[in-house]
Amino acid sequence: MTATITDKKVLMKGNYAIANAAVLAGCQCYFGYPITPQSEIGEFMSGKMQELGRAYVSAESELAAINMTIGACSTGVKAMTSSSSCAVALMQEGLSYAASDQLPVVLISVMRGGPGLGNIYPSQGDYFQATRGGGNGDYKLIVLAPSTVQECADLTYKAFYLAQKYRNPTVLLADGLLGQMMEPVQFKEYPYPEIDNSDWKLTGAKGRDARIIRSYAPLADNQCVYLEKLFAKYKQIEENETEWEEIGTEDADIVLVSFGSTARNAKTAAKICRQRGLKVGILRPITLFPFPTKRLQELSAKVKMIISVEVNMGQMIQDVKLAVNGKVPVRLIKKPVGAPPSPEEIVSQIEELI
Amino acid sequence: MATQVFKIPESFRKDAKYTFCPGCDHGVAIRLVAECLEELGLTEKAIAACSIGCSVTIYDFLNVDSLEAPHGRALAEATGIKRACPDKFVFTYQGDGDFASIGLAESMHAALRGENLSAICINNTTYGMTGGQLGPTTILGQVTTTSPTGRNLEYYGYPIKIAEHIALCDGTAFSARVSLDTVPNIRKAKEAIKKAFEVQIKGLGFGFVEILSTCPTNWKMTPQKAHERVKNEMMPVFKPGIYKDITAEK
Repeated sequence: MTATITDKKVLMKGNYAIANAAVLAGCQCYFGYPITPQSEIGEFMSGKMQELGRAYVSAESELAAINMTIGACSTGVKAMTSSSSCAVALMQEGLSYAASDQLPVVLISVMRGGPGLGNIYPSQGDYFQATRGGGNGDYKLIVLAPSTVQECADLTYKAFYLAQKYRNPTVLLADGLLGQMMEPVQFKEYPYPEIDNSDWKLTGAKGRDARIIRSYAPLADNQCVYLEKLFAKYKQIEENETEWEEIGTEDADIVLVSFGSTARNAKTAAKICRQRGLKVGILRPITLFPFPTKRLQELSAKVKMIISVEVNMGQMIQDVKLAVNGKVPVRLIKKPVGAPPSPEEIVSQIEELI
Repeated sequence: MATQVFKIPESFRKDAKYTFCPGCDHGVAIRLVAECLEELGLTEKAIAACSIGCSVTIYDFLNVDSLEAPHGRALAEATGIKRACPDKFVFTYQGDGDFASIGLAESMHAALRGENLSAICINNTTYGMTGGQLGPTTILGQVTTTSPTGRNLEYYGYPIKIAEHIALCDGTAFSARVSLDTVPNIRKAKEAIKKAFEVQIKGLGFGFVEILSTCPTNWKMTPQKAHERVKNEMMPVFKPGIYKDITAEK
C-alpha cells in the first residue's frame, strides 16, 4: 500500500486513506502503538515514513505515543498519533496538556466498542471522549467526523490545517467500519496554506529569549486570564469552522441528525421516507466540535421532530437537545454497538416515533 | 592579583530567583547543568523536556527553550523533540519519582531504543514537592509521610537502583551515579553530566546521570545533617560510580 498523489481514484481502506493523506499533508513524525481496528495506520506509516526519511517510533504505550507527538509538535513540525477507544483513554492526560500548551497535535481516533476492553466492532461510543474529553480541566479539542473513505482523506488534511491554524489538538473521529471498509478515494495535494509558527516553536534560544511551553500556572489569577483567552479561541473556532452537510431539510417535518458511518444509512433512510410520503431531511455534523448548534436552532423553529441516530446509547443527542432547547421533541434511534442500523431499521423506527 | 574563581554561566537566567529550600541540592545540580551547557556550546541549540515536581522549575533558571512534560513523560516528549529535530541538543531533568516510578516505562524505553538524549535524575529518596512521601528510591527503614514506621519489605518492597538498571539497556551509552555531598564529588558530578551530554553530541545513544541529592525540609534535617545523610545512609545503598561508558570500553 504505497499510494501517494493520484489523478485517478484508487480502492483503499479508510485506515490507509488516513495514513496516506497524513503523509501528503506533510506529517513529519508518527508515533503509535498497535490496536485494532486502526493498526493499518501504524503499519503504513512505519514503511512510508522510513522511506521518506521522516520520523517513526513504535511507542511503548499510548501514554508515550501522545507525549512523543506533543514533543515533536512543540518544535513546530506536523506530527500525529493514532489509536482507538480504550487506548485513546490512555491519551487523555496528554490531550489535556496539549490543549493547555496549545500544541497542534493530530490524533486519529478509530472507534471500537466499549466501555472497557469492549470489542473490535465499529461504534460511536467515544463521541463524549472526543467532544467532552477525558482529560482534566476546561478545554476543547477540534473534532472532525468523516463519513466516507474519501472524507477520511480530506478531513485528515483538514485536521492538520486546523490544528496548526488554531494551535489546538485536533481529532479525526472515525470508526472501525470506516477504518476497515474499502471505497474509491482520490488524493489531491494538501490544499491548505502552511501556517507560520516561527513565533512560538521551540528551536533553541538562539538570538532571542528562551521559550517555555508550559501549563503550570501557580497563580489562580493568571489561570483565570489564560482560560478566558483559551475559550475566546474556542469561540472563534465555533464561528469560523463549523461544518455540516444538509439534505432535504427545506420542507422537512422531521430532521435526522447523524454523523460518521451511521449517517450513510440515515441518509438512505431519509430517502426511503420521502418515497413513502414522509418529509424527512438529514443534518450531518462534519465537525463535532464545533457542533452545528446554530443551524439546529434554526431548524428546530420550523420542524416537528428531530431524531438523533447514533451507534451508542445516545451521546450526541445531548448536544442536539442543548441546541433545540425544548422547542420540538428530540428522539433517539440507536444501536449500542456494531455496524450502523440498516436504512430499513431506521425507517421503521421513524415510523414508530411519529 | 585578583583571580576570578567563580562566574555565573551565561546559560543561567539573570532574573532567576532562588526558590529551593535551604540546603537543597537542586541549586547545585542546575548550576552544573548550566555550566556543562555553556562549556559545550549547547545553550542556543538546547531544548529541555522538564518533569513534574521541584525539578520542573529548571525552566525558571536556564536560558533554554523548554517543554513541560506531564509527570513521568519527559523522556517520551524528549524523544518526540529529538526525532523531529535531530540536530538539537535535547535533555531532561527529572526527579526519581518522575524518572523511575510513574515514568519508568518511558525512561527505560528511551534507553532501550538508544535515543540520542541526555537525562539527569535527581534522587532524594522522597517525593519532595508533595511533602515527603515514600518514593521508588526511599531506602529501607526510611521514615516518610507514607511510611510512618519506616520502609519495610512487607508493605513497600525494595527501592530501585536506577543507574544500574539504565546501564543494562543496550541503547545506553553512559550511565553514572554521582553525589553532591562534597566539593570533590560535585566536580565528579560535573564530569559525569558532561559525559552524558557528549555521548548525545557524538550520536552514541542514551546518556544518564543519577544525582544523589538532599531534601532537608522533608528529611527534617539541617543542610549539614542532610549532606551527612547522603554520605552515611544513601551512598552505601546507592553506590556512586560509572556503571556504563561505551567511550571507555573502546
